[in-house]
Parts: sequence; C-alpha cells; structure tokens
Amino acid sequence: MTRLSWFNVTSLTLGFAFLYLPMVILVIFSFNESRLVTVWAGFSTKWYGELLGNEAFLDAAWVTLKVAVFSSTLATVLGTMAAYVLVRGRRFPGRTLFSGMIYAPLVMPEVITGLSLLLLFIGIGLDRGVMTIVLAHTTFAMCYVSVVVSSRLMTFDRSLEEAALDLGCSPFEAFRLVTLPIIAPAVISGWLLAFTLSLDDLVIASFAAGPSATTLPIKIFSAVRLGVSPEINALSTIMIAIVTVGVITASLISKQNAVRQQRDEQTAARTA
Amino acid sequence: MPASVFAPWNDPSEKPLIRFRNVTKRFGDFTAIDDLSLDIFEREFFALLGPSGCGKTTMMRMLAGFESPSDGSIELAGQDIVSVPPNKRAVNMMFQSYALFPHLTIWDNIAFGLRRDKRPKLDIADRVEEMLKLTRLEKFARRKPHQISGGQRQRVALARSLAKAPKLLLLDEPLGALDKKLRQDTQFELMDIQEKTGTTFVIVTHDQEEAMTVASRVAVMDEGRLIQVATPDAIYEAPNSVYVADFIGDVNIIAGIASSTGPGRYKIAWREDQAPFVAMSDKPFSEGAECYLAIRPEKVQISAQKPDEAANTVQGTVLDIAYLGNISTYIVELANGTQIKAQIANTRRISNRSFTWEDTVWLSWSDTAGILLDG
Repeated sequence: MTRLSWFNVTSLTLGFAFLYLPMVILVIFSFNESRLVTVWAGFSTKWYGELLGNEAFLDAAWVTLKVAVFSSTLATVLGTMAAYVLVRGRRFPGRTLFSGMIYAPLVMPEVITGLSLLLLFIGIGLDRGVMTIVLAHTTFAMCYVSVVVSSRLMTFDRSLEEAALDLGCSPFEAFRLVTLPIIAPAVISGWLLAFTLSLDDLVIASFAAGPSATTLPIKIFSAVRLGVSPEINALSTIMIAIVTVGVITASLISKQNAVRQQRDEQTAARTA
Repeated sequence: MPASVFAPWNDPSEKPLIRFRNVTKRFGDFTAIDDLSLDIFEREFFALLGPSGCGKTTMMRMLAGFESPSDGSIELAGQDIVSVPPNKRAVNMMFQSYALFPHLTIWDNIAFGLRRDKRPKLDIADRVEEMLKLTRLEKFARRKPHQISGGQRQRVALARSLAKAPKLLLLDEPLGALDKKLRQDTQFELMDIQEKTGTTFVIVTHDQEEAMTVASRVAVMDEGRLIQVATPDAIYEAPNSVYVADFIGDVNIIAGIASSTGPGRYKIAWREDQAPFVAMSDKPFSEGAECYLAIRPEKVQISAQKPDEAANTVQGTVLDIAYLGNISTYIVELANGTQIKAQIANTRRISNRSFTWEDTVWLSWSDTAGILLDG
C-alpha cells in the first residue's frame, strides 16, 4: 500500500470534519452538566434521566414509532406491487407515463406534497391525527420503495418465474414462492428506507398532524424554537446511536453473506 | 426399413404427439415463425437446429405456453393447447440458464413441481429420491444451487423438469454453459435418460454436433421456416439444399452447369479449362441447369500421383494444413484459385506426413461422394 500524501490526509480530515463535527459537538454537549448548551460544566448523564421522565417526548416518540411501522409496511406492500406491475406487466398504453409518475414524488418539494395532502384531508373531512400522518407518509415513501424494488426486479432472471409457471404454479403462487423470497432483501431495504424516512420527516408530518398526535421531529422542532435544551441533545444522541447500530448491523450482515457465498462457490468449484 | 428401427415418422398410421399446423408467430412487424407445419412423435429426441434468430426458441416457447401463435394451431396428443396456460400443460422445460430457484435446496428444487400437484408427502419424497439417483445427485440433495458446479446444476435442472414425468420435455440449449468434455459426457447421459424414461424430448440448439449426436431427427431452421427435417445421417449425407449442407459440418461447394450423361448420372461443367466432374443424383436436373456439387472434405482423397480409378481428379497445391490431432484438413488451391478441403485421418505420426505446404497434390473422389443440389 502506498503511503498517504499530505494532500490526501488533509482532504480526508477536512471532509470528515465537515460531515461529523456538528454531530460530535451535539453528542459531547448531551453529557454537559450545565443547563446552558454552549458552556461546558463537567460530565453528567442527568439529561438522559430527565428525558425518560418527560411524558410529552415519550408520547411523541411512541406516535412516531407507530406511524413509521404502519406507513412503511403499507408503503412496502403498495410500492412492491407497483414495481412488479411496472417492470413485469405486459405493455399497456401509458405504461411509460405511469412509471414516470411513480417517481414524481421523489422530486416534488415536500412542502407541496404536504400542502396538497392537507387540502385533501380537509376536503374529505378526515380528522388529522395518527391516521392522516400514516397516509401521508405512505404516499411519499411508496415511491422510494418502488424505486428500490424495481431496480432489483430489472436484474431478476425472468426465466425463474417462467420455470415456476412451467412447474405448475399459478402466477400468484409463482410470485409468492419464487419472486418474493428472492427479492426479499430489496423489499426489506425498501421497508427500512421507508421507516427511516418516516422517522425523520418534519415537513409533511407538520401538515398532516393534528392536535391529537405529534411526532418526535415536530416536537423537537417546536422545542428548539423556545431554546435548545440539553434534553434535546440527549434525545438526538440516542437517535444517532440507533441509526449507527442499524447501519453497522446491516452492512455486517450483507458482508457476511457475501463472504459465505464466495466460500460456497469455491467449495463447489473444488468438488466439480 | 426393418421393424426394429425406431422411425414412427415413416409410419402413416402413427399419431404424432405434437402437431404444428400452419403456425405463424409475429412480433410486431417481425415474423419469427412463418406458416410452419411439423409433426413430432412420441419417444422421439427431436432437435431444432439453426442459427440464432431462426425461430427455434420461439417454437419451444410456444410449446411451453409462454408464447401463443399469431395463426395456426398446436396440438399435444390430439388436443389443441394454444389456450392452455403453461401451468396446466403436461409439458416441462429445462431452461438455458437452468433457472434453479436459488433460495431452495437441490431437494426442494426437484420437489417444487410435485408439491404444486398436491401429491402425498411420501410419494414426493420417493419421486425426488428417484430423480436424484437418476441424475447421480444424491450427495448434493441438501445443498443450494450456488454450492454446486455447473455440470451438477445442469443435472438438477434436468431432474427438476423430469420429476413430474411430463409427456414432453423441452430443452433450451441445455449444454451451452458446459465445457466441451463435460458437454460430450452429458450428451450421452441425456440420451441414456431419454431412453430410460421414454419421454419425448425436444431440444433447441445452435450446435450442429450436439444435434447430430443426441437426436433421432433434426429440423434445420432458417428465418422462421423449416429447411429440412430428417435423421442426422440423412441431413449429413443427403442435405436438400446448399444452406443445410453448409450449416451441418464442413463442405466443399462447387457451382456448375449440369448435363445428363445417363440415367441418374450427370456431368458438371465448372470451369472452361478443366474437365467436368461426374456425379450421381436421384434428383433430376434438366439440361444446362445451374447446380451445386457438395462434397464433404473427408470424402476427398489426397495423393501425390494421379489415381487411376477415381471418377473425379483434379490437381492443386497445398495452401494450408489445419492439424486437429485426430485428423488434418488440407486446403488445396486449384490452378484457377478454387479452394477444396480434404480431410485425412492422422493414422501416422506427424513427422511421417506425406504432404506439406506448397506440395503439388492430386485430389480425387468417386461419382457417389458428392451430392448434387439446386440451391
């Protein structure tokens, strides 16, 4: 391996500092003894303790979790169905238009998505609460799922489905017994994507939420407007920890799979 | 023909298992299959042979039910199957990519079709074991497809498609992914299995050697039409057109003008400065008709002196020698630039070879060695 030049070291340091310095500061100050966010007064975990006693935050966290689970599950079902039809279906008039339209929400400003959903909910007289947030999040997360799943389906060997049909499966059985198990990793990562999107969405949720239900991002945002408290730092640190653990676990699992598959193929080559 | 020879296509009372009747298949403006009729009989090992894009795969996909003809009908055992979906047909297919289910073990792959029939568990287990034994895969039953080699995967694909005991098994370029040695072994294995199970096999291939080895009959296709349907030896020894002669094996084609010299006997004027060739032909040619004389290289003898007894002799110089181990192909250029290939079995060690580059040699062949074609 060649040694890193000074130029490389500098650019690496600058890049990582740019990405992670704000988060590091946030984590450090979550362990601050002082109530003042910007003045260091010694190490303490008391804000984590206080966080556990804060009913409003806990309620919001519970609502956020419920919304994320329901909306990502719904979005995964709908998004997978849409992807399947658009990739696999026979050509039908307007297919190109449909596949374009499913990606439109990806580039649509969130404010517009939120506002249009709000108008719809008011128009049909739906009371804003957990249900409307779930619907709103499903709407915008669905297209992310469908992008992930359809890119997997495009590289999927179609003869596998034909083999299933040939061996006596009905088209639905072929999907359930062959296609779905094989594309499952893509479906799961679609679900995870939808779940995280729902967890940290602020704009759309603030349009769709009502007085009966507030999500964590809304809660944090409104709390910050009254002044940043160390409690918020603690809460954010917990969220960073959860995300980090999730990302590391996911990459470890996929790396392990790759290694195992490689080993299996080598074994196969030897016994051939 | 003696009764013991398997040749149901010559028996008018025999009912075909598959009958294509005036089948046409169009994809948009492109005609993949052009008004094609064909009968395939029970227990046959039938090969569809042709270059890529000739429509052979489309024929197979129509039999499996993945495509339906634009016109005409396809019958299986006397029943029109055009409207029957693939999962309701007593036809199974072995895919070119093998299409093994990667998430299932070898055992479950083979059991997959049986389970769809809702057979009793014990029956399924028996049948799977039987298939594993037939394809010599017992050791690998618990492995996943990516844990076995290419040749083993090929056998799993075969076992899976045979498990349901279909009336008809379709094989789409089944040996394309195997190396040459393994391919030859597998060809004999396929023939053996076909004989043991008595299933009708239809194989699609672009490899003429493979078709010749395994098939009871070969259909040579081009541009959606059948050019010739016959047994491998008939296709090789008596091709009906220059296309078939050229597609199957190596051949020298000499264009000329035919004139009759006796019953079934013709002389072919091919160059003004050379003596005409003589050839026998069952097919009549009118006086002065354009014709092509096709001679296989192994039927051309090569010698240093002019042979006395041969019907056709011509002199030339050795232009090139292709040494293939068991045989050598000599490319001999005649005085007027025509090149003729002659194949000699290498019965002697290479150092004792009688001819080398630039040698003047005589080529000769009998009057029955070549076949006279009209195009």
